[in-house]
Amino acid sequence: MSGSSNLVAMKKVVQQLRFEASINRVKVSQAAADLQQFCMQNALQDPLLTGVSSSTNPFRPQKVCSFL
Amino acid sequence: MSGAAGGVASVGRVQLKLRKTLKGHLAKIYAMHWSADSRQMVSASQDGKLLVWDCFTGNKLVAVPLKSAWVMSVAFAPSGNLVASGGLDNICTVYNIKAASPKTLRELDAHTGYLSCCRFLSDSEIITASDKLKRPQTIMFTNHIGDCMSLALSPDMNTFISGACDSLAKLWDVRDGACKQTFSGHTSDINAIAFFPSGNAVITGSDDCSCKMYDLRSDQEVIGYQDTSLNAGVTSLALSSSGRLIFAGYDDFNCHIWDSLKGEKVGVLSGHDNRVSCTGVPDDGMGVCTGSWDSFLKLWN
Repeated sequence: MSGSSNLVAMKKVVQQLRFEASINRVKVSQAAADLQQFCMQNALQDPLLTGVSSSTNPFRPQKVCSFL
Repeated sequence: MSGAAGGVASVGRVQLKLRKTLKGHLAKIYAMHWSADSRQMVSASQDGKLLVWDCFTGNKLVAVPLKSAWVMSVAFAPSGNLVASGGLDNICTVYNIKAASPKTLRELDAHTGYLSCCRFLSDSEIITASDKLKRPQTIMFTNHIGDCMSLALSPDMNTFISGACDSLAKLWDVRDGACKQTFSGHTSDINAIAFFPSGNAVITGSDDCSCKMYDLRSDQEVIGYQDTSLNAGVTSLALSSSGRLIFAGYDDFNCHIWDSLKGEKVGVLSGHDNRVSCTGVPDDGMGVCTGSWDSFLKLWN
């Protein structure tokens, strides 16, 4: 009994492995180039890369208001 | 990848300043998640509370008392109306935080193991990770051998990635529940996982003290982020909006910043007095939040 359920489980594993092995793959050189290009294209819109000026920084410590 | 990135200009030393320290929790913070509005954020602590913060002012907006203090994960729904949490109680509880006082909407308790991570697909659908991954309506994702510790949704919400104690990362289709790809390479539990913003790669962080980037289309690891001086496990990670910077929280109380293309360490966020347990970058990319076992959350940019 347990022998046959083991077999079923193993067959599933093999089936999954076969499925994963059969996907279409892109060359790493192409994939790396694409990732790089994405970073470069978005670098200027990335506030953590370009820096945040204090006038536009939403997290800046609040200035204290005082009544004159 | 680092070879291919040889021609790319270096980012130089990245120095972010601490802008705010959010105090309010009384015990270790285990998880945090930004709202889609990039202003509110929810944090979970083992003091038995979820706190929803307005990060622009530093004020606490909502406090949700938890039935079980052993919380391990928290998530903000994209609409901003709901938050979910779960942990050692094996239950994922969904709360309506827009009600006059936070109301428990649903308790999803069909888990056989502790809840390590949860993420909303929408107000009506949530993916939860416990010893088995689940989407409560119909689909159960069962493929990991070890406890699933973390999950991340792809930017297009069609797939998600999970990292587990079997040191594997797996890519799943949300609709049909099939495991599409498996990535190996880590030698210990994967504690943290995140999608690269283009959706074509994932970054993992592990107890083996390294992070790795796996490219989905070429189905393999393209770069590793490790340093012989770093001997602490990675607990959490988040990426800046262009994907160039990786913020990785470590057991050594710091959050180290890596250049994702060149594989070099370019900065560090120090200030916590205990392990950094969670990190997050909001959708607008304006800053990074780190949460720690020292009970504080810090905002940097």
